[in-house]
Amino acid sequence: MSLSDLSLYSLGDWRLTSFVGFANYAALLRDGLFWRALANTFYFVLVAGPVTVGVSFVAALALNSRLVKLRSVFRLGFFMPVVTTLVAVAVVWRWIYHPRFGLLNYLLSVIGIQGPDWLATTTWAMPALILMAVWKNFGYNMIIFLAGLQSIAPSYYEAARIDGANAWQSTWRITVPLLGPTTLFVSIVTTIGYLQFFAEPYIMTQGGPLDSTLSVVLLMYQEAFKFWNMGYAAAIAFTLFAVILLLTLAQMRTQRRHL
Amino acid sequence: MAIWPTSKSVLLHLALVVVFAITLAPFAWMVSTSLKPTGASFTLPPQWIPRPATLVQYKTLFAQMNFARATLNSLVVAVSVTVLGLFINSLAGFAFAKYQFPGRQRLFGLLLASMMIPGQVAMLPLFMMFNKLGLLNNYLGLIIPGMASMFGIFLLKQFMMSIPDALLDSARIDGASEWRIYWQVVLPLTKPALATLAVFSFMGAWNDFLWPLIVMTKQSMYTLPVALANLTGEEHRTQYELLMAGSVVVILPIAIAFLAMQRFYMSGITAGSVKE
Repeated sequence: MSLSDLSLYSLGDWRLTSFVGFANYAALLRDGLFWRALANTFYFVLVAGPVTVGVSFVAALALNSRLVKLRSVFRLGFFMPVVTTLVAVAVVWRWIYHPRFGLLNYLLSVIGIQGPDWLATTTWAMPALILMAVWKNFGYNMIIFLAGLQSIAPSYYEAARIDGANAWQSTWRITVPLLGPTTLFVSIVTTIGYLQFFAEPYIMTQGGPLDSTLSVVLLMYQEAFKFWNMGYAAAIAFTLFAVILLLTLAQMRTQRRHL
Repeated sequence: MAIWPTSKSVLLHLALVVVFAITLAPFAWMVSTSLKPTGASFTLPPQWIPRPATLVQYKTLFAQMNFARATLNSLVVAVSVTVLGLFINSLAGFAFAKYQFPGRQRLFGLLLASMMIPGQVAMLPLFMMFNKLGLLNNYLGLIIPGMASMFGIFLLKQFMMSIPDALLDSARIDGASEWRIYWQVVLPLTKPALATLAVFSFMGAWNDFLWPLIVMTKQSMYTLPVALANLTGEEHRTQYELLMAGSVVVILPIAIAFLAMQRFYMSGITAGSVKE
């Protein structure tokens, strides 16, 4: 499909479609909008990904501590954003980011900061979407980290304590290396999920302002179902697939070197 | 973990409570706003407890905004995907777990590899096919792609492999057909894994957005997330109270389902993710 000029007209009659070779890909490389969407998607993945994994790791460590009471209540609370429908969540966050009556700017005004119009400025729209994505997704990784933490035998920590290691050292020297495979799994799943970033900008910003939150999937959606350039959209989809494949392989590679 | 002094325990709890508040505040705000009359959410400072509380937004949603139909659509799709999916995935899992056939490993490897392909790549050809088959604006258009899932086949296969072959053989000696062995011996023993998969399928179908947005173009066929997104599209008269009520309608069933079935859900997401 990505090698054809499939469009709205071809939906009615296949004969109107012709083979165009790599013309779609060539056009893609010259399309500024595509590069913009790709850059935005990478921005999102490279910032939201590590933050999500970091927050979920710290949350899992905290929840795994024997000192914490009501662990299951916290766990459930942290997990609620994960199971809820993204569209509904995005709608609520749009309201939270409301420039005058939103909760976020109200909280900022309490400590004397005049908040921006989050979703309407090119600088802040993406960070706002990232903040929401971290809030929505960290619980999922947290559960996986918790399972990983529980599979580490307590005897390692006892041995470290006898050798005089403090809590920081045993976390850094025992927990982190032993969670290597779990971290790899979590980062790959998060990266793949974030590369398919769509509903957040669709609901909250429509890719704006000035295409600052236009993502690859959103561009594909617009090309396919707004302008009906199906062949071109298929080329975008395949490029995304190639990017996902490359990034996943790269991640597995770097991780292997560490182990 | 080393034993921390008590002051650290207090700090830890404090930090957890703050994060807890942050994760749940948007939901509290959603519910609170949904109970306000139109325009009442534009107050400073924000009012957490609606006075007076009203159900007028919910009434509008169901009476005028097609939400009753959207709820029905979501239910039909999610329930069908769950029930049919359990049946198909368990049949496939059964075959992979209990039968030796040529190319079994290769076929399974191929299916696993297909999990790598992002949904969007398959979406465009699927759309073209469904357009030809007349499945746009049709429940089948949402149910068919959701039925078989690699995750489901994998989960059930792993679980069924732990059922001893001797049990199947003894049923065969007693004269049970292969179908009966599947239905009366293997399936009942697979219940915990089936429950896990049921929760996943239901939530996946309920929360899905991009595909229903593409396939359902008629307003009467919108699922809840699409209906809600459509409501936000009416830019000039954004009624946040109404939108929040819509969000509650979309989220409430899934939140209840999750809380009731969390045992299965939690075991499902960690299955296969942690390697010793």
